[in-house]
Amino acid sequence: MRDSSAIEAKANGLDAVQVLTLGLGGEIFAIETERVREVLDLIPITRIPNSRPFIKGLINVRGKVITVTDLRVKFGMPPAAQTADTRIVVTEIQVAGEPTLVGALADRVFEATELPAASMEDVPRLGMRWRTEFIRAIGKRGDDFIIIADIDQVFAADDATH
Amino acid sequence: MATAVNPADVFRQEAAELLATLETTLLDLEASPEDSALVDQAFRSLHTLKGSGAMFGWEALADFTHHVESAFQKVRDGVLKASHDLISLTLASLDQMRVLLEQPEQADRVRGEALLAGFADLAGPGGHSAKPAGGHGKADRAAPPDETRVFRIRWRPARDMMAFGGNPLLLLGELRDLGACTLTPLADRVPALEELDPAGCYLGWDIMLTTTKSRSAIDDVFIFVASDSELAIDEIPVEEAESPPRLGEILVKRGDIAPGGVEEELGHQPRLGALLVQSGKVSGDRVASALSEQKHLREAAKAKESSSAGNTIRVPAERLDNLMDQVGELVIAQARLMQVAGEGGALLKSIAEDIERLAGELRDTTMSVRMLPIGTLFSRFRRVVHDLSRELGKSVNLTMSGEETELDKTVIESLNDPMIHLIRNAMDHGLSTPEERRTQKKPETGTLHLSAVHSGASVLITIRDDGKGLDRARIRAKAEEKGMLQPGQEVTDTELFGCIFLPGFSTAAEVTSLSGRGVGMDVVKRAIDNLRGSIEVGSEPGQGTAITLKLPLTLAIIDGLLVKMADERYIVPLSAVEECVELTRKDDNRSDGRSFLNIRGEIVAFVRLRRLFEVAGEAPEIQKVVIVGLGESRIGLVVDQVLGQHQTVIKSLSRLHDDQEGFSGATILGDGSVALILDVPHLVKFARERETAQRAA
Repeated sequence: MRDSSAIEAKANGLDAVQVLTLGLGGEIFAIETERVREVLDLIPITRIPNSRPFIKGLINVRGKVITVTDLRVKFGMPPAAQTADTRIVVTEIQVAGEPTLVGALADRVFEATELPAASMEDVPRLGMRWRTEFIRAIGKRGDDFIIIADIDQVFAADDATH
Repeated sequence: MATAVNPADVFRQEAAELLATLETTLLDLEASPEDSALVDQAFRSLHTLKGSGAMFGWEALADFTHHVESAFQKVRDGVLKASHDLISLTLASLDQMRVLLEQPEQADRVRGEALLAGFADLAGPGGHSAKPAGGHGKADRAAPPDETRVFRIRWRPARDMMAFGGNPLLLLGELRDLGACTLTPLADRVPALEELDPAGCYLGWDIMLTTTKSRSAIDDVFIFVASDSELAIDEIPVEEAESPPRLGEILVKRGDIAPGGVEEELGHQPRLGALLVQSGKVSGDRVASALSEQKHLREAAKAKESSSAGNTIRVPAERLDNLMDQVGELVIAQARLMQVAGEGGALLKSIAEDIERLAGELRDTTMSVRMLPIGTLFSRFRRVVHDLSRELGKSVNLTMSGEETELDKTVIESLNDPMIHLIRNAMDHGLSTPEERRTQKKPETGTLHLSAVHSGASVLITIRDDGKGLDRARIRAKAEEKGMLQPGQEVTDTELFGCIFLPGFSTAAEVTSLSGRGVGMDVVKRAIDNLRGSIEVGSEPGQGTAITLKLPLTLAIIDGLLVKMADERYIVPLSAVEECVELTRKDDNRSDGRSFLNIRGEIVAFVRLRRLFEVAGEAPEIQKVVIVGLGESRIGLVVDQVLGQHQTVIKSLSRLHDDQEGFSGATILGDGSVALILDVPHLVKFARERETAQRAA
């Protein structure tokens, strides 16, 4: 497996995990930087009629047609208006065994940073509003919690409602 | 990029091609068993396969092939006839060879031995000599197979050779069997007539031999030659064989002239040979012999060149796919350029037009590179038909036309399975046994005809048999039983025959090993749908059935019609579009609730894409209806506006959209935005289902 998760990093004695932090519905999420291909400013998205709600549509990234998704839908958050800060984070995930580029909408992108392994904890069973299988670990920075998402799981979960 | 070439892979690929060639040859041979050229061709394929198999470590394959080769050697020698049995047995062996090639560890030894025993039986008790691969065979395989070598042989038999029962002509004949020979007699030792012993052997020969055999095979020829004959065998180095040396060099190398002698004469020109003879440095027949060596080498080099270079090159399919992708990008970038140039000056516009022309030509060339003649696919079915006609006890003549028709390689590859199924179906259900055909006053041999023909941006492939034809009553009964049709419902032939492509449909009274399990025809349908093609069935009772596959020329770039609803744009494949008409608000209001249009007296149902796609806002005063053909029926797609034709580079959607119905892919427009490509048949199906669901709700 290519992904070195936060948990594994901790287990492997690594000091830290490189992540990209982004804001989504008032929370701070993190995606491992090695899974991030690029961050795009918002460009026109072509809607796909009758698609599942989390699929926002298609964009053209230098001649490649890439699907844009809205993680809010997956995490059960209410939809939000797009602003000047909205970004599309292009990540590489596995869909049905094929490596696929997928864009995810973010309210804003903060920074690429290092999360010390010591600051990470396993996902608590209780007290979570979201499906725990979408989350790898919770990191702490000052008073903030950073949710390290498991993007493969987010897109693998195949339920018609989302 | 995977450019490193693994020799084993190269062998595997070449062997697969050899086997395919062999299969074709065998099938041709079955049609004309007396054709010795075909026998030779089959033999050569087997021989090459055996040789290179051993060289690349496919020992089992080489061993097995050796036995089959032996059988064909007998056919060449006229000992064995190229009978139907022999050809069937060889075809079966071919399958065994394929297994030995692809998965040697899975090869069934018992089956292999049974096949070889079959050859031995055919050869008969007398001709039973399928030698095991020892001795001579081993020596063969030790040599680099099919690597042609050139030998220079000078042989002067002992004068009393014939007195001891030897015959030099027989030996020369044996040498000829090893490969191409150029013989030059050396008569310089023939004495004056009064001294000549009529039983003596005075002649000698210079022999140039091009062969794939090793040195030891030549030694074998001379094995019983008395030691007092003069014999020199030299292999000519490859470099020399490839660029034939000058005459002088040859003579020097042979020791016929001293090295200095040539230079001395070169001052004199013009004809070295003539000069050398004149000056008495070398005898005339020596020069003649050297000249023939030169000629022989030239010919060998030429043969080698034409076999290795030829006019074609082999390119990994992956690179062609990449090339097509890049051309696709170029077409998109060019569309953007045109858009920008439209706003710029005249100079920019003229450059953009040049680029447009070049991009168009490059696209056409690239697509043509990906095109393969459909004959490559058709010829694979000869074997299928051959085997099936034996299995079913039916006599079937397979004919073809339009084999040169070209189709994108991806389309050709995806056609193999569906076509095999259709052919099996025709042979199993369509064509009758010779007895049945006789009672119907038809020739005993049925005909199965495969044809391909261009039709606009499509290729029509037809599989036609002259069998029973489809049984309308039985299809009807079955369709009603399965609930595909309502009892008494009026249907057209197209609709009725369409039932056979529905999942779970099968009319065969009994399930045979070939077809009739109710799976298959729907699989055929799906495969053709995936290629964005369609199927039409025509059938007359007692006359036969024709199934026509209509396929797009290419899967990569299509002509599309760009349509618009609000600010959303979509592509309708132009091949499906028949015409565009207007729909006024008045018509629209009147038709509300029944969604039919009257086009020149014909009722055409329509689908409002605005509604189906849940586009926000109001439709304009005058909408457009794009009429598309769906098999024999027509249906209208209501859009706001038709923007015009668009070169559409198809980008497939990711697996995230596997559940999505109605779109076959996406494309990038001139302004860089993405537009979806409508998959008309599925979209219409989706619209109908939705309508039914809404009515039920």
